[in-house]
Amino acid sequence: MPRIGVFVCWCGSNIASTVDVKKVAEAARDEPGVVYATDYQYMCSEAGQSMISKSIKDHRLTGIVVCSCSPRMHETTFRKAAASAGLNPYMVEIANIREQCSWIHKDRTEATEKAIVLARAAVAKLNLNNPLTAGEIPVVKRALVIGGGIAGIQSALDIAEAGFEVDIVEKSPTIGGKMAQLDKTFPTLDCAACILTPKMVDAARNEKINIFTYSEVESVSGFVGNFNVRIKKKARFVREKLCSGCGVCTEKCPSRKAENEFNEGLDNRGAIYIPFAQAIPNVPVIDTSSCLKFKTGKCGICAKNCPSGAIDFEQQDEIIERQYGAIVVATGYKLISLKNFDEYSYSQCPDVVTSLEFERIMNAAGPTKGQLLRPSDKTHPHTIVFVQCVGSRDTSGRGKPYCSKVCCMYTAKHAMLVKEKYPDAEVHVFYIDVRTPGKNFEEFYRRAVEQYGVNYIKGMVGKIAEKNGKLIVQGSDLIANEQVVIEADMVVLAAAIEPDPSARKIATMLTASIDTNNFFTEAHPKLRPVESPTAGVFLSGVCQGPKDIPETVAQASAAAAKVICLLSKEKLLSNPCVSHSDEMLCSGCSNCEKVCPYGAISFINKTFKFAGKFEIRRVAIVNEAICQGCGACTVACPSGAMDLKGFTNKQILAEVDAICR
Amino acid sequence: MIFSYYPGCTLKTKAKSLDIYGKKSAEELGIFLEELPDWQCCGAVYPMAGDEIATRLSSVRALATARNLNRGLVTLCSACHNVLKRVNEDMKTNEYIRTRVNNYLEDDIQYNGETEVYHYLEMIRNVIGFENLKRKIKYPLKGKKIASYYGCLLLRPGKVMQFDNPENPSIMEDFIRAIGAEPVIYPFRNECCGGYITLENRRLAKEKCNTIVASAIEKGAEAIITACPLCMYNLEVNSTELKLPVYYFTELLAEALGVK
Repeated sequence: MPRIGVFVCWCGSNIASTVDVKKVAEAARDEPGVVYATDYQYMCSEAGQSMISKSIKDHRLTGIVVCSCSPRMHETTFRKAAASAGLNPYMVEIANIREQCSWIHKDRTEATEKAIVLARAAVAKLNLNNPLTAGEIPVVKRALVIGGGIAGIQSALDIAEAGFEVDIVEKSPTIGGKMAQLDKTFPTLDCAACILTPKMVDAARNEKINIFTYSEVESVSGFVGNFNVRIKKKARFVREKLCSGCGVCTEKCPSRKAENEFNEGLDNRGAIYIPFAQAIPNVPVIDTSSCLKFKTGKCGICAKNCPSGAIDFEQQDEIIERQYGAIVVATGYKLISLKNFDEYSYSQCPDVVTSLEFERIMNAAGPTKGQLLRPSDKTHPHTIVFVQCVGSRDTSGRGKPYCSKVCCMYTAKHAMLVKEKYPDAEVHVFYIDVRTPGKNFEEFYRRAVEQYGVNYIKGMVGKIAEKNGKLIVQGSDLIANEQVVIEADMVVLAAAIEPDPSARKIATMLTASIDTNNFFTEAHPKLRPVESPTAGVFLSGVCQGPKDIPETVAQASAAAAKVICLLSKEKLLSNPCVSHSDEMLCSGCSNCEKVCPYGAISFINKTFKFAGKFEIRRVAIVNEAICQGCGACTVACPSGAMDLKGFTNKQILAEVDAICR
Repeated sequence: MIFSYYPGCTLKTKAKSLDIYGKKSAEELGIFLEELPDWQCCGAVYPMAGDEIATRLSSVRALATARNLNRGLVTLCSACHNVLKRVNEDMKTNEYIRTRVNNYLEDDIQYNGETEVYHYLEMIRNVIGFENLKRKIKYPLKGKKIASYYGCLLLRPGKVMQFDNPENPSIMEDFIRAIGAEPVIYPFRNECCGGYITLENRRLAKEKCNTIVASAIEKGAEAIITACPLCMYNLEVNSTELKLPVYYFTELLAEALGVK
């Protein structure tokens, strides 16, 4: 006979203020199998857990129901508490009376009634639970980092430092990401390249780190500890092993009209190019869309001039298949398209630039060699207007609802750098709010205002119009309560940032969840901020939400720490709640195999003795190491042969019956 | 092809050429614009108060008549178009307004936003097509540099009007190209002309109109076209510094089609 204990948590006032917890415990006492029921203020606390352990021993309980928060929050906690008292951890059921009851209801009577029903359902299920034992799965001791920006580089360096092998997969021809494009970094104004490029070199030189640039993740299968990943290494048309990086090919290339992505399209590059001088690897790549050889069949000047014979027009894409124990997503961000914001005339006036373009203009290695010149006529702008929140904190539906977090600080930085280089320049900044929560951030912003005399205007810009070579900026000054019209020479738009477009595809491959803005979702917003809800997938950098460089680096190291914890284990405990096929019922129809997202189901021909005769039948078998317990097969099975341990059809129907009773 | 046509008061008095040449050109293009029987004022200004019902009624009468004739409703005056289109949207999507308005109406003319409201330019774009218009032009206005003036009412609010990109529109430029002239793109083509403010604060209206006309001239315009009688008035009267001839777009259309 089962001997069940029910423990009702108050969760301080979270549950107790809406649900009569004493009444729930009382009602549970009358349920079949229940021998003990009680309530307590904080069941997850040390005292609460001890109480559970002690009750298990005192009342010789065979299973417990905890009525508390979501199982995603504390199921593991209570399973551990049960295990410490000698109870099988899978004899623990959680009735979620917080997220699914007290937090969403106002009426105390109704909420109490619902909590009782939820407790009753959990008891009904527990009556049919069987003890389950977790199996063991080996861990592949190699990590994959998707994205080679500062986030990916930092994660890879830290994982390698702990002695594990790491592969970085970067879709562009070089690692470095957005940070490589930046000029100076706030709030210390050290040059981005000076602090980034040494890290890039460290990553390239590290024996444990393997960098696949110009490569993309094609597919991911498997699960935590054992991911199988196919990586497509796109053809560079340059043999990496032969190339010495001399750059002769890039100088001789006669096609010079391709937009230079690294300089945000402010100048042009050849069809064969190295994105920037410190690129890693220092190997060019041929952009076939602008290469004359690929377009017309004639040319091949690069091949003729290459001293080491590295150019290979016949090179093919290559598929690499590797196993990994853990995956770090560090896919980063891009600026939003400004096509919905034509009032700023970005598409019509060359002197209206994005902040990333401005970084390139101010950068000593940029298209103007660090001289502040207008793109239209290459003259020095005297009056510069910065517009913050272009598409951020947008409620009109044209942009993004969130704060991009970095714009206030980099705009203060830009304003300061302009004033530093050209003290006679007039600099205005339009803002909604200036947000400076970060170490030394407020001081930095105050310096821009007080020391450098940058004119901050609270209000937004309604229109930018070109007039006789000048830009007429019409805005509102909300403090002075008046319209402002500024005749500017150049306007810089702090465009909102959004996740890289590859994020969605990668999330699908990893079965990792993303939010409505395509940012990766963390397993818990406060307590597990660098883990994805998908086991073995970790998050690093802006792919999880807008953040600046120090925060990105901190998160990258945190994700690396999580990876190291995982890879340092010899074996992982597998989830015992997996599918199981009853071969006596299986008709071999293959429906289960078709719906299984993990490829865990296969078929064998098995000999059965039936009524004195032998017959061979085709039956399903489940590879328990691969099954993730999603339950799709149990629904697809027409004969009821498939069942999910811990969530059997009988258990679920018992819950339904209890709720409807 | 027949459309119901709503001219509006101004087109029968001050802006006759907008009306006459619009109808003539449409006929030349194979479209008959049949004036709504017993049409009356559209309400003139869209009522901003959500609970203001009586002023919406005049628009609803026109919209319901067109619905009963089972035809799309074509407008020409920007102001009428703005009011009719927005009231129609209210009747389609705002249950509170719909119920209140229908309480005023006879039971057999209950209206729920069924009518499609087109501005004449939308009719050219969506029904005729600029390519087809180009083919029917007899006297292309070659070499003429024409600036379009959209004003506010055709474009905004963008989500309801669905006319064009309110910050960077192109439909009038496409029209100018189709009649053989050269469009002049200038940044103030979607700025407010001052509208009715000219009655109260003439200085402000002058400031607006002078900026608009000066910008069009700077970009090389020889004339301005508009679809709005009030814009026409402001651009003509309140541009005190520099002057450009202002035409209704239908005048140039009729000229190019040879029906003027």
